[in-house]
Amino acid sequence: MAMLHTVNKSPFESNSFETCLGLAKSGSTVLLFEDGVYAATAGTSAADAISNANGITFAVLGPDAQARGIDGKLADGIKVVDYDGFVDLVAESDQVQAWL
Amino acid sequence: MPIDVNGKSLEVDEEGYLSNLNEWEPAVAEVMAKAEDLELTDDHWEIINFLREYYEEYQIAPAVRVLTKAVGKKLGKEKGNSKYLYELFPYGPGKQACKYAGLPKPTGCV
Amino acid sequence: MSKKFMYLNRKAPYGTVYALESLEVVLIGAAFEQDVSLAFIGDGVYQLTKGQNTDGIGMKNFSPTYSALGDYDVNKIYVEKESLEERGLTLDDLQHLVWEDEDEDWAEKDSIRLVSRAELADVLDDQDVVLSF
Repeated sequence: MAMLHTVNKSPFESNSFETCLGLAKSGSTVLLFEDGVYAATAGTSAADAISNANGITFAVLGPDAQARGIDGKLADGIKVVDYDGFVDLVAESDQVQAWL
Repeated sequence: MPIDVNGKSLEVDEEGYLSNLNEWEPAVAEVMAKAEDLELTDDHWEIINFLREYYEEYQIAPAVRVLTKAVGKKLGKEKGNSKYLYELFPYGPGKQACKYAGLPKPTGCV
Repeated sequence: MSKKFMYLNRKAPYGTVYALESLEVVLIGAAFEQDVSLAFIGDGVYQLTKGQNTDGIGMKNFSPTYSALGDYDVNKIYVEKESLEERGLTLDDLQHLVWEDEDEDWAEKDSIRLVSRAELADVLDDQDVVLSF
């Protein structure tokens, strides 16, 4: 079953991202948005965790990364989506889990 | 109460500041100045344009002290002083000139 | 007598309103001509990143306003080194903030001081008032 996980908190401020990674299964997608996009910054322990998570697709919401000035610093292998792409991800998923 | 500028009706707040910065045009300043019995000269426009450029760069309307200093640097000491600026804008260079320039009330102006 | 005021910024911009509120308080407080300094630690360092563009999220981009702090005589801006490193950032990823020294023919000087956590502890200890955002 394809599950979409969303994380909107900074990995440095809350354990939402860490908890999400612990429970996300292979085949699922994790979408990072709002302050959650900071987890996708290269050179952070969160980005290391992303590169070690096998079978999980990671995406960031582009407008949120641009707003925060980190769109040029995203770690490799992370897909950038716009609002339409966010909606598509939700539509393609059987279930959406929002880690607030 | 909205103000009429070139046949358009523009929203302003209760103190007369333009609600939407993007609706500004030079005629806005003319209409506001006329309502306060002030005739705008090139010297007024120099300050109004300076304020618009300041806002464009920093996204704030400067406090009077900051405006005075910045004008002094850009336009010279004889203009960068309270006396000069208050003579041009008797209701206060911060409040009045910012209003004419379509900016919000300066941050820190009470 | 002027007191030493420190504004301590710990939150990322946009996700919450703390960063913008802090900046507004700093600008308003600057009118009182106290000895003001700012510190950015934790996610607060994200407030100063360059290249912020909020067109896509429909919020005001207030990052250009940090460049005006020098005009407001706020020219001591401490950034904690450890916080930057944890976030994969260096000083080059932050805006170059300067102030102009009127006494030296408007010579441009750097406002940002990169300090270690231990150094920042000493700076904090030296303040009369610390306002945390």
